[in-house]
Amino acid sequence: MAGSVNSKITPPRWLLAELTYSCPLQCPYCANPINFARINNELSTEDWLRVLSEARAMGSVQLGFSGGEPLVRQDLSVLVAHARKLGYFSNLITSGYGMTEAKIVELKEAGLDHIQVSIQSPEKTLNDELAGTESYDHKREVARLVKKNGYPMVLCVVIHRKNIHQMRDILEMANDLGADYLELANTQYYGWAHLNRDQLLPTKEQFEEAEAIAQAYKEKVKGKMKIYYVVPDFYEDRPKACMNGWGTTFLTIAPDGTALPCHSARELPGLNCPNVKDLSIHEIWHHSPAFNRFRGFEWMKEPCRSCPEKVKDFGGCRCQAYLLTGDMNSTDPACSLSPDRQRVYEAIFQARHDAESAVAKPLVFRNPKNSKNLTF
Amino acid sequence: MTLDPTQPLSFSPFLRLQWEEAQQKHVILYPEGIVELNVPSTEILRLCDGTHTAEDILVELEEKFNQTGLKNDIFGFIEVAIENGWVS
Ligand code: SF4
Ligand code: SF4
Repeated sequence: MAGSVNSKITPPRWLLAELTYSCPLQCPYCANPINFARINNELSTEDWLRVLSEARAMGSVQLGFSGGEPLVRQDLSVLVAHARKLGYFSNLITSGYGMTEAKIVELKEAGLDHIQVSIQSPEKTLNDELAGTESYDHKREVARLVKKNGYPMVLCVVIHRKNIHQMRDILEMANDLGADYLELANTQYYGWAHLNRDQLLPTKEQFEEAEAIAQAYKEKVKGKMKIYYVVPDFYEDRPKACMNGWGTTFLTIAPDGTALPCHSARELPGLNCPNVKDLSIHEIWHHSPAFNRFRGFEWMKEPCRSCPEKVKDFGGCRCQAYLLTGDMNSTDPACSLSPDRQRVYEAIFQARHDAESAVAKPLVFRNPKNSKNLTF
Repeated sequence: MTLDPTQPLSFSPFLRLQWEEAQQKHVILYPEGIVELNVPSTEILRLCDGTHTAEDILVELEEKFNQTGLKNDIFGFIEVAIENGWVS
């Protein structure tokens, strides 16, 4: 097979470059792997330049720089300039921590298209508590500077049980900051978020109330602010069409060069994701066993295998199937047809139990110390 | 209806219009996606440069394609483009 190109394989249109796992913040809903502090050997500048060139030649066009905190990388502007030269549309996904106006200008000159700033909460105390670092005032200032320097203001707020009751204030904050785009991302339970799920998963009533408020606001600000509402799949009957199908559209490169079909895939046992230090992007995308593992429908078990909806949702998320059932080949339990649907109910039950308990479990913060203590 | 045919039109500075080799098409790039364009749409958007009005675009393109009666198509597309925030 080597050297051949399977014509059914579509190009990796979206490239997510996770430049580093270093981050000055400690968000307990972070999707980074629990063992991030044990993953070293960050890619060099030359490696990243090659990755960007190779992926672009294969048809990648949307590029996200994330992490960790991508601003930690000293070569960020060099990578941005290269991306621009290649014709990428690039987006910096940042906590804003460490951002200065000089840097915003420098990145703009290098050709960066968007900066997405995340804020934990519209309330300073909660923001700083969730971030594990005092950052609220600076984040607001960064949001203002982003706008001032001619970028669209893209604001992201991750939603969970600690801030879901603030939905109205979140929307007002976005409005005050002049956000052009607001991403309301209900937490996806991977990595640290999975670890803290009991403490983070809202109740169904909270979801419904928050969603109603957000949808009504969306109508109100139509044409002024675009709101993307990422739905939580624990309260849905069908799973999300994860990654638009495995190995069809999305390619994530982790800080150490591991190439992932989705940003959580390194948690899947035995998948052996390839590394860009060893193979070209072309070789990885077309021929690696990891990227071919869940392509198409052959790998599916029942009930997905004979289900007409498999072309729509691809059986849901492999990482969620693994995290909830222990088997990455199972139907995602976010589907009501899954024989393991009970797992979702248990998760909801446990979270409610924690919410109502007098002694709620403390959040486990995402930092190198906890990472090392929790892994080996 | 938001189209004033006498006002100059500009393509949004937040988006990018470019040729994509892989698709052999012009596309509009924005943070959450890509829109593929056909040849006439591309021609229209390229003229949204802050100086041309809808009237100017109509005249220019009818001349270029050596055709008349394009008004509905061209104005219709510009309206869609305004609605999507591609031009203003
Ligand atoms: S989610 Fe928080 S801790 Fe994780 S990388 Fe982003 S800013 Fe850092
Ligand atoms: S059974 Fe599988 S394919 Fe069918 S709807 Fe559920 S997850 Fe999708």
